[in-house]
Amino acid sequence: MNETARSTHSHNNGLPGVARSAPATDAPATTPDSLQSPGRRAWRRFKKNRPALTSAGILIVLLLSVALWPVILQLAARLGPAGAAFAHIHNPDQLSDAQFAPPGPGHWCGTDGHGRDVFSRILYGAQISLLVGGVGASVSLVIGVLWGAIAGLAGGRLDSVLMRIVDILYSLPSIIFVIVLLTTTGQMLKAASWVQESPGLAKELRLMLLFIGLGAVSWLTMARIVRGQVLSLRTRGFVDAARVLGAGPWHILTRHIIPNVFSVVIVYLTLTVPGIILYESFLSYLGLGVQPPMASWGSLIAEGVDQINPIRIYWWLIAFPGGVLVITLLALNFLGDGLRDAWNVKGSA
Amino acid sequence: MYFLRRIAFTLPLLLIISALAFAMVHAAPGGPFDRERVPASPEIERNLKAKYHLDEPLWRQYLRYLGDLAHGDFGPSLKYRNHTVNDVIAQALPVSLLLGSLALGFALGIGLPAGYLGAARQGQWQDFTSGFFSLLAVCVPGFVIAPLLVTLFALKWRLLPVALWESPFHAILPTVALGLFYAGKVARLLREGMLNTMQSEFITAARAKGLGENAILLKHAFRLAILPVVSYSGPMLADLLTGSFVIENFFQIPGLGVYFINSSINLDYPMTVGLALLYAGLLIALNLAVDFAYQLLDPRVKYE
Repeated sequence: MNETARSTHSHNNGLPGVARSAPATDAPATTPDSLQSPGRRAWRRFKKNRPALTSAGILIVLLLSVALWPVILQLAARLGPAGAAFAHIHNPDQLSDAQFAPPGPGHWCGTDGHGRDVFSRILYGAQISLLVGGVGASVSLVIGVLWGAIAGLAGGRLDSVLMRIVDILYSLPSIIFVIVLLTTTGQMLKAASWVQESPGLAKELRLMLLFIGLGAVSWLTMARIVRGQVLSLRTRGFVDAARVLGAGPWHILTRHIIPNVFSVVIVYLTLTVPGIILYESFLSYLGLGVQPPMASWGSLIAEGVDQINPIRIYWWLIAFPGGVLVITLLALNFLGDGLRDAWNVKGSA
Repeated sequence: MYFLRRIAFTLPLLLIISALAFAMVHAAPGGPFDRERVPASPEIERNLKAKYHLDEPLWRQYLRYLGDLAHGDFGPSLKYRNHTVNDVIAQALPVSLLLGSLALGFALGIGLPAGYLGAARQGQWQDFTSGFFSLLAVCVPGFVIAPLLVTLFALKWRLLPVALWESPFHAILPTVALGLFYAGKVARLLREGMLNTMQSEFITAARAKGLGENAILLKHAFRLAILPVVSYSGPMLADLLTGSFVIENFFQIPGLGVYFINSSINLDYPMTVGLALLYAGLLIALNLAVDFAYQLLDPRVKYE
């Protein structure tokens, strides 16, 4: 009801807007739930959730180290011979004679079969893995929200056609199509003449395809959730009230439906990112995702798996990239669960 | 009626899928014979192409393919020259199906009790333990857990074989590695479903009647809470079949996954299209079965 009061009266700057915002800004911590703004209430609940807070902290640290590590290496290279040596050792693409060195003071996570520093490779690989997760989830967000909102708002025949398409796509093996798409376009890129001239562009194009391919198969659940929300919101009292007060459909969509779907979408987005990161590592593990020398967590693990043999176990080649992957996925899941509980969103798992 | 309509709908759907897959694999430049070890002379290559009708226009190749398909013939493999796609399917499909069903059994066998325990002891240490492990299972991909299991059980303690697919012992590690993720998923779904159900009024009514807590959980809550698990089992079966690519690759199991990946890299057209069609057909059939089972289990649901 607050929403309605604010939005429909906003043009005359009337009492409801003022009355609403004044107590919310300096509300004491003991204000009962019902008197707090939804965002504030969610934040207060979220703050109490230890695992979710810890996960948010871990993710921030991870993002910071992924972003800052290349900067640190660059700076170190300019700081005299000791710094240069540090940067040289930790260059993720620097081959060296120290092959399969176990973790130690020089290489914190050991080195791989080419003598490259595993720690650096994990952080550089994280760029790809996190980027694919983020961009892929955003692609799925755009498609899913549009599809679901159109179906929910239009209703009737269009709704049933759109949702039937989702049902059909659900029952198909999406990974098969991603694999065929990636191999086909990979061959096309290999054959194209301009690739020889600008290999960097081809690499980026491949990555783009990976984003689009993964996003394009991950939007189905999002579409279903958004449609369900839109359908139930359409019949709620505050929407009727807005309509009675003379609000047009565009106004209802942007001021009432979308803000209310927002929390559900954010929660589900947080839970989609780990799924897409998993998907990417799955493909890269099979050699279909990112191509060497580029690395992602999946391809790093695959390199480690190739080195398994009964005589010597290079455990650090799998344990560190695998551990980082698992911790990231855990943190994202805890964060998603925490957001869901804080916003009291139901049924998005 | 609804199910008859859906079955009737399957055929055009498979046609569309076959056309899409056909167009996609043929859109790749180069050909299946480009990577022969000895560079073939132009004549040999022309003869090879003529033998497999690759010199014809695409639409004729597609129609020819459909015609063969109508006779139950998936065509020859262009890579494994003395095998047909049918041979490969006959050999590899049972292996993949067996591995998939074992993993399904494992997922349900571990996941259902774990989820049930979490809901029955909500807020107690059993709940936290089962909740943590099911979340962990959902976050550890098969290709991380598989090397871990092999290193421990096969290389270090020498209890189980490292790889291959021969005795029942060979099946244990792949089954666990493939099924663990889904066990976690099932446990989480069941726990959430049970907790939601426990808030319904008929549970309060059952309590008021004086029914024991175990009877309420097992006879009332569980029967409703299993429904999300049933509807999840459609996508789960899909993922178990196609998700086994990695596990088959790792344990060198001669299942379909290996053939599919290789064929799509080697441009083995009939193999790729045939296997994609097979997967799609299997999944459509499994989803139909799941929806049918759902309707039997939940009389409130009526498909229109």
